[in-house]
Amino acid sequence: MLLRHTPKEVKERKALMINPAKTCQPIGAMYAALGIKGCLPHSHGSQGCCAYHRSTLTRHYKEPISAATSSFTEGASVFGGQANLVQAINNIFTVYEPDVIAVHTTCLSETIGDDLNQIRDKAQKEGKIPEGKTVIGAPTPSYVGSHVTGFSNMVKAMAQLAEPSGKKNGKVNIIPGWVEPCDMAEIKRIAGLIGVDITLFPDTSGVLDAPLTGEYKMFPDGGVTIPELKASGDAIGTLALGEWCSADAARWLDSKCKVPCTVLDMPFGLAATDRFVDVLRTVAGVSVPDSVAVERGQLVDMISDMHQYFYGKRVAIWGDPDQLISMTEFLISLDMQPVYVVTGTPGKKFEARIKELCEGQPFEVKVKAKGDMFDVHQWIKNESVDLLIGNTYGKYIARDEDIPFLRWGFPILDRQGHQYFPTVGYKGGLRLLEKILTLFLDRKDRDDPEQTFELVL
Amino acid sequence: MAKTKKVVQFTATDIKEELLKKYPPKVARKRAKQIMINEATEAEPAPEIVANVRTIPGIITMRGCTYAGCKGVIMGPTRDIVNLVHGPIGCSFYAWLTRRNQTDAGTDGENYMPYCFSTDMQDQDIIFGGEKKLEAAIQEAYDLFHPKGIAVFATCPVGLIGDDIHAVAKKMKAQFGDCNVFAFSCEGYKGVSQSAGHHIANNQVFTHLVGENEVAPEGEYKINLLGEYNIGGDGFEIDRVFKKCGITNIATFSGNSSYDQFASAQHADLSCVMCHRSINYVADMLETKYGIPWIKVNFIGAEATAKSLRKIAEYFGDKKLIDRVEAVIAEEMPEVLAVSEDVKTRTNGKTAMMFVGGSRAHHYNELFQEMGMKTISAGYEFGHRDDYEGRQVIPDLKVDADSRNIEEITVVADEKLYNPRKTPEEIKALEDAGYEFKHYDGLNPDMDKGSIIIDDLNQYEAEKLVELLKPDIFCAGIKEKFSIQKLGVPMKQLHSYDSGGPYAGFKGAVNFYKEIDRLVNSKVWSYMKAPWQESPELTGKFVWE
Repeated sequence: MLLRHTPKEVKERKALMINPAKTCQPIGAMYAALGIKGCLPHSHGSQGCCAYHRSTLTRHYKEPISAATSSFTEGASVFGGQANLVQAINNIFTVYEPDVIAVHTTCLSETIGDDLNQIRDKAQKEGKIPEGKTVIGAPTPSYVGSHVTGFSNMVKAMAQLAEPSGKKNGKVNIIPGWVEPCDMAEIKRIAGLIGVDITLFPDTSGVLDAPLTGEYKMFPDGGVTIPELKASGDAIGTLALGEWCSADAARWLDSKCKVPCTVLDMPFGLAATDRFVDVLRTVAGVSVPDSVAVERGQLVDMISDMHQYFYGKRVAIWGDPDQLISMTEFLISLDMQPVYVVTGTPGKKFEARIKELCEGQPFEVKVKAKGDMFDVHQWIKNESVDLLIGNTYGKYIARDEDIPFLRWGFPILDRQGHQYFPTVGYKGGLRLLEKILTLFLDRKDRDDPEQTFELVL
Repeated sequence: MAKTKKVVQFTATDIKEELLKKYPPKVARKRAKQIMINEATEAEPAPEIVANVRTIPGIITMRGCTYAGCKGVIMGPTRDIVNLVHGPIGCSFYAWLTRRNQTDAGTDGENYMPYCFSTDMQDQDIIFGGEKKLEAAIQEAYDLFHPKGIAVFATCPVGLIGDDIHAVAKKMKAQFGDCNVFAFSCEGYKGVSQSAGHHIANNQVFTHLVGENEVAPEGEYKINLLGEYNIGGDGFEIDRVFKKCGITNIATFSGNSSYDQFASAQHADLSCVMCHRSINYVADMLETKYGIPWIKVNFIGAEATAKSLRKIAEYFGDKKLIDRVEAVIAEEMPEVLAVSEDVKTRTNGKTAMMFVGGSRAHHYNELFQEMGMKTISAGYEFGHRDDYEGRQVIPDLKVDADSRNIEEITVVADEKLYNPRKTPEEIKALEDAGYEFKHYDGLNPDMDKGSIIIDDLNQYEAEKLVELLKPDIFCAGIKEKFSIQKLGVPMKQLHSYDSGGPYAGFKGAVNFYKEIDRLVNSKVWSYMKAPWQESPELTGKFVWE
């Protein structure tokens, strides 16, 4: 038993978090910043934050993650980090030559009250920001929100680069939220099939799935460009995928630049993808080609072919709110039962939304926004499930309780493929189904007695 | 393949110049003092290297923070202490099981290492103070698990808002009676690297745990193993060898360690120091307070392991132990030699670079030498000058403002427990015979003349070094791994060992030989270019012509 000290008896905890299902804001800001072309993320705080975020992102993506830090020592913590950041900006532009530096704060720089805009203006005045280069910033104190809201804050900083010219450019902004590089590529592919001209931001495809060629590019070719971000203010509209990750940026563009926005669920699973495709063709005034309908039909086909294996299966899921909402809906559409749903990211709306999705279903859902994986494990000890869906840390529960486990979400440190094979859209739905089925059928092949061991399933 | 393009015309001076060229003048001046060409001759001493100084803001450093050194490195591998991080969630999350410290929960079955405990501070805790929440969290941990000990770690904002974690710990300890609660002021901004965190952790372990157990554990030749963290099971292999030799390891600081091990450390008769950087001062304190002498050992490399075992046996001076150690070495070495002879046919003459921690870059030199490989450039991520130049420089080290912030504890001989293990005459006799107590020469003497030694290497310099010198393998940590590999050079993590290990002891040496053979001879490095990229000119012919 790996988690041998986890008791079955559930006691309310008010102060102690055990085995969190979330982490802190800056790592989300760092990931979002990597989706800008030629951008070096910069962590304004002591250097451990930057080291930890780079390590975790590296372990998840198996790619180089470059980011700089203000390297606060005690002096900077007392007297403020302005000198460190101005010096960092100068060093970064001289040594690494990025197009953009995306600065995010940490709990340290927030607590001492460093003002990013003021420091940037000072660097600008002192000529530390070369002509044509950009410095953006996002506040990401670690004692607020989670990695998800940190991502959202940096995406909002990207939207704030918008410079509306007053003339619409016919493009649609899509804010994909915290999904994998391959998911971002898949969203672009779907938009391409439908024939919609989009600006996707952030866009980590091409950045965090770079090929091995014997050459190292600190700034790979992918990512949304600064001119594209400036032009986002001229778009005909914005689709924000996910209330937690993407809505803030979209609403800012709506109120400040008069770019109307629609907030949708992340397109995981059948219904959420349907809504995404439908809205996309509506806003762009085009019709959906048959090729997309074929992909959809294939997903429906697989659901119907294999429905007997999904039906009635109880599932525990944890992770990021936008992802969990779509996943919960998808599982219900398969007649599965997402009975335990936990996100560490605060927000009462989350619990309400999950309850709404589960209403009228033949099971009761335990949902917690401010929960942790210790909660999930204790619930399982009282009434078990057939499947776990969540990040890598679930493997301890999976092994102790002998439950099939689908790795999905962030971070995944012990498996590969999540960065290459999308789980959004209809094709992504097929992949999710295939993975879930394989887990169930492998389990069946392992457990069935000889008499009922079957060749055809 | 990368190695065919090896560049040999560069001298060390050229390379140093090349590394510094792009920096703003101020940065270049500072880095110039941290990049050293190893020119030691017998006549003149090696040039000084600047180490343990601040990282330059904006330079992509390999370093982490004080909290990482304290919670991640030193306390992370202790299995039966609840490690509670007081702060926002991230710090605890990132140090959750990510260092590959292996554990054997033993017969008592107590092991909290797979758990992540945090007070998950919110903005109201920052505004109104987090002491109440910490107190409640300690109580909840106690009620749930009833552990022997609860350790509390401070993160950056805790230090800023002034939560008195030590007072809370003291209060809770008194309240429980049967659970030792203690705290570490290891805020990330203290010091200049992880090294400060090691120091803070070790001081508190020494203050709150060592000496607690009055009953001496059984065993004939009792030692402590300091600075060994059981990454990838290193500690397990070393313990296997100790057991075979009849040596009793009272306490490992801190791989797979337990509360009772720390609490019994004063009963050992010799301290053996592995990672000099992380823990040399604990060895000194054990000697001052309890009279336990210490020696530097190295169990990375088969020859180094044999040498260290002999050194331990020589200390005890007992023929029974000396014979048994020789018998174990004789039994273990044939397999090691068989593998190294085979591997050497493929690794001989190849080159390596190592930029790891604060002792590992030195330790692994031995293993590479056993394979006929040469380390052409090396350095430490968080070393001090003594790790490069040897302990003789310690009295000359300047204490700067950042080091002054790290608590130093003064230790005196314990009134009851001080017991010198050897008489001054015995010590002298051993020293006259060439035995070295509290001695460490550092990395530099083991590096070739003209090799490049760099402190606090950063991503830009790493990439340049690899481009210029084309090593056959590069060793560092996870953050460096993939940028180096994109250049077509295999990269081995020597902090967490990727998925490998153990690499310590005899079995570990065999593992390492095989792993390096696999890496430097993997076919994958010949696949960098597609056939059409190798000869891009079109000849206008169809393939079937």
